[in-house]
Amino acid sequence: MSGMSKIVKTISSIIFPFITIYGLYVIAHGHLTPGGGFQGGAVVASGLAMLLVAYGSVWTMGKLKEKHLSINQTLESVGAIGFIGLAFFGLIFGTKIFFNNFLVNKQDYLFGATVKLGETAANINTAGILPLMNFAVGLKVIAGLFGIVLLMAYATRLKEGK
Amino acid sequence: MLTRNIAGVIVFSIVAVFFIFTALLMHPFGVPDESDMDDYIIDNTQEETGANNGVTAVVFDYRGFDTLGEATVLFAAVTGVIVLFRRLKK
Repeated sequence: MSGMSKIVKTISSIIFPFITIYGLYVIAHGHLTPGGGFQGGAVVASGLAMLLVAYGSVWTMGKLKEKHLSINQTLESVGAIGFIGLAFFGLIFGTKIFFNNFLVNKQDYLFGATVKLGETAANINTAGILPLMNFAVGLKVIAGLFGIVLLMAYATRLKEGK
Repeated sequence: MLTRNIAGVIVFSIVAVFFIFTALLMHPFGVPDESDMDDYIIDNTQEETGANNGVTAVVFDYRGFDTLGEATVLFAAVTGVIVLFRRLKK
């Protein structure tokens, strides 16, 4: 698939940072507002897919090398290992249960503030391991979905005889 | 051809009637039969997990094991796509 016109390239380049920021916002506020790691990761991956469609797989594959795909998959694995590692840390600290939220309501640590009960203004520094898990899953979903889109675009390029 | 059309209409009617009766048998929205678990999660989410978003609290804390399976499915899908598409160049 070849690239689109200069107008489309320019507009998508302008919009792309805003889509990324919105997706990262959805990931970072997963424990406060609707959304989370999966949803925000899908938003960021959609922005990357938009760039891929605008610039075309021929141009993109000219820029990318095999090691970039390896880096992408390494990031995905880091996200997966972070997620399951946080789950296993629950076996070490606290009440020793798998997926135990061992950081919640511990004032000394990050994300450990006590939440005010009832309908209150949300504090982002709460919820223990939930934000960390959201970050891990978000990284995993971004890298995973972008890897899928990238490889399918790669296959399309070859089919068109280029 | 006519018999095929008639058979199609009959099958469609049976399926449509089945779906309509099933829809009529559903119990009203927002009134679950067993609400113990819902009430527990709604009442205790904020103090137990510290999250204001109850859905995230369920997905990553109360039912974290389910999310682990979901992440594994995504990982397996990406791995399958890579295995299929990686070495295509001649």
